[in-house]
Amino acid sequence: MSSDAILEVQNLSVSFTRAGKEMKAVDDVSFTVGAGETLGLVGESGSGKTTIGRALLRLLPSANTTAKGSVRYKGQDLITLPSEDMRRMRDRLQMIFQDPLSSFNPRRNVEDIVAEGLVIQGKPASERKTRVQSALADVGFDIDLVAGRKPHQFSGGQCQRIAIARSLAVEPELIVCDEPVASLDVSVQAQVINLLQDIRENRNLALIFISHDLAVVKNVSDRVAVLYMGRIVEIGTGPQIYTRPAHPYTRTLLEAVPVVDATRKIEPDGKRTVMPSRNRPQGGCAFRSRCPRATDICAQVVPTLQPAPGGQMVACHHPHDEPAPGMAA
Amino acid sequence: MYSEATRPILSCAAMTCEMDSVSGPLQILQDINFTLAPRRALGIVGESGAGKSMLVKAIMGIAPKGLKTMGRIELEGQDLLALKPRDRARLIGRKVGIVFQNPMTSLNPFVQIGRQIEEAGCIHMGLSKAEARSRAIELLSFVGLPDPEDCYDYYPHQFSGGMKQRIMIAAALICQPDLLIADEATTALDVTVQKEVLDLLQTIQAERQMSMILVSHNLGVVAGRTDEILVLYGGNVVEYGPTAEVFRNPRHRYTEALLSAMPAMDQPAHTRLRTIPGQPPNLANRPAGCPFAPRCPSAQAICHEVMPPMSAGIHPDHRFACHFPLAELPRPAQQEVAHVQ
Ligand SMILES: Nc1ncnc2c1ncn2[C@@H]1O[C@H](COP(=O)(O)OP(=O)(O)OP(=O)(O)O)[C@@H](O)[C@H]1O
Ligand SMILES: Nc1ncnc2c1ncn2[C@@H]1O[C@H](COP(=O)(O)OP(=O)(O)O)[C@@H](O)[C@H]1O
Ligand code: SF4
Ligand code: SF4
Ligand SMILES: [Mg+2]
Ligand SMILES: [Mg+2]
Repeated sequence: MSSDAILEVQNLSVSFTRAGKEMKAVDDVSFTVGAGETLGLVGESGSGKTTIGRALLRLLPSANTTAKGSVRYKGQDLITLPSEDMRRMRDRLQMIFQDPLSSFNPRRNVEDIVAEGLVIQGKPASERKTRVQSALADVGFDIDLVAGRKPHQFSGGQCQRIAIARSLAVEPELIVCDEPVASLDVSVQAQVINLLQDIRENRNLALIFISHDLAVVKNVSDRVAVLYMGRIVEIGTGPQIYTRPAHPYTRTLLEAVPVVDATRKIEPDGKRTVMPSRNRPQGGCAFRSRCPRATDICAQVVPTLQPAPGGQMVACHHPHDEPAPGMAA
Repeated sequence: MYSEATRPILSCAAMTCEMDSVSGPLQILQDINFTLAPRRALGIVGESGAGKSMLVKAIMGIAPKGLKTMGRIELEGQDLLALKPRDRARLIGRKVGIVFQNPMTSLNPFVQIGRQIEEAGCIHMGLSKAEARSRAIELLSFVGLPDPEDCYDYYPHQFSGGMKQRIMIAAALICQPDLLIADEATTALDVTVQKEVLDLLQTIQAERQMSMILVSHNLGVVAGRTDEILVLYGGNVVEYGPTAEVFRNPRHRYTEALLSAMPAMDQPAHTRLRTIPGQPPNLANRPAGCPFAPRCPSAQAICHEVMPPMSAGIHPDHRFACHFPLAELPRPAQQEVAHVQ
């Protein structure tokens, strides 16, 4: 895998300083992404998904942030790259956000928004025009029909398509998609997911797809990384993670997915337990305060990623081995 | 006539809501009919703008100014639209508890949460300060907050999203309502927290023998947790029936399209999703016939001209408004509904 990886992240850690205290949002994370591959990044809110995405593209606020480790894109370390070179790197690496509208200048026309990256690259007007036209066509817009319109004249799903077109216009090799469908209705979500899949195939584009919706991640990803409190607790292919999840947290996530199957009437067990703590316990495994399998060693030794029987990597002293109940490949 | 035991807790008959606009009156909800029996759970689903929240607000009498509600809404046999606003508010306050999507807008950031929970109890139930306090603390522990006595004195910002939603549930329960309404109450939460809050709502509903309305744009949220489901599209009920039936055998073309647009956990990666072309209806310019006709691949000429009436298949409680419904599937030989967990 790593032989044809275009992105190699090694021991990435990100800390924020808030009110004089240092907070580790991303803790020693390593993964690779191959050309044309989609890596899904899942985890609950605050687990560090967005921070990883922003760290890769050096989009974190510099004032209170420290990033350590290495992020190699085709051999070049992005963390230490001079900012001038990093700007050029944005031709190849792009990011799209959950709320596209907030990343648009409301007074600009659609065609100018889509051309933003090309202007930064200093592309001549004639080339800009053809690239904008083809990027808009890729997301299903006819430039003659939308030219001159402003962002507020488009629906949420259309705005997300415009944001995708803006990323595509620079012809990137990798796009980090941060919750790109979270704010969209089911029918619009389906359009945007299909669109991303088409583009991925046609352009051999690599994607890092961040989402808390495990059904969406299953649909779009070749491999999946599960994050808990800033660390990768399990990483493997989609089928490995979904049919034979080894980490207790991955199972908790999977069991919580609302399934559209009304023949299975959900009966809560009636035990009304106190909310599990989401604070990081000191030392040992960060998940242990919520983990049904925790033992003494979990409080003492931080588990590191090890090969699991299913072939994926898991950071747990007592990983599951049995297939997940009711999951098909 | 209904006996006490079977009388619906809530019913809407020919309920229509209109709002004035520059282009004339907009019908935001059209001819809504349903009944909710005691101890049953109803799911209301539909995409953004379908009218889910307006329906809830119109029932509660908290709709925005200018909304005219016609038809009949009965709460435990009382005609709500015939009551004076003050009497209606008092009745609703005592009988119905509601939890909204965004606790930040429904909790006052400057007031300790214990006091906020008590408030309705003092107003509607005439509880004394001490009674209200002890009931608030009891409820905080009931919804699973650790150290309820300490929590009482905390302010909203000191809680996570999931905890705030639990506090909202506690506040909705103070008057011991007969009906609990949750409008997208778990939409902003992580899947794991969402499951905890939904489990809690369901457990409480069973224990307190309440009825419940679960509003969500996520079909998965209502699937295993409601007895009946109402599908809204452009302010119209397009399908209404027992939840298991509607999911097993959707008859309306929109319900079916919505279900197949969702990525499913049992599909392999990169499965192409079905999309619904076009846009939801513009209320200022409603199509004459079926509201789904401009987007429906099965539409015929009549669909564009005549509003399809609600009709039923073999299952008399399963109703849908479609001229060319999907075929009725044979019932599975094994009729037992499997129970999980
Ligand atoms: N204050 C208002 N004035 C005028 N029209 C309104 C108002 N509030 C809502 N509407 C309109 O009423 C219709 C139904 O809105 P409603 O808020 O009930 O949708 P919803 O189904 O709850 O959607 P969501 O899933 O986004 O919450 C929409 O067309 C909306 O634009
Ligand atoms: N600019 C920042 N300054 C301080 N803390 C931050 C900043 N951005 C994110 N954080 C914190 O880092 C942690 C991870 O956040 P984030 O990456 O946004 O999580 P996710 O995207 O998984 O929800 C959170 O605790 C968040 O509050
Ligand atoms: S290391 Fe221990 S506490 Fe952590 S997930 Fe594994 S079993 Fe649970
Ligand atoms: S009535 Fe006609 S247009 Fe409407 S859903 Fe049925 S087939 Fe489609
Ligand atoms: Mg995020
Ligand atoms: Mg709503």
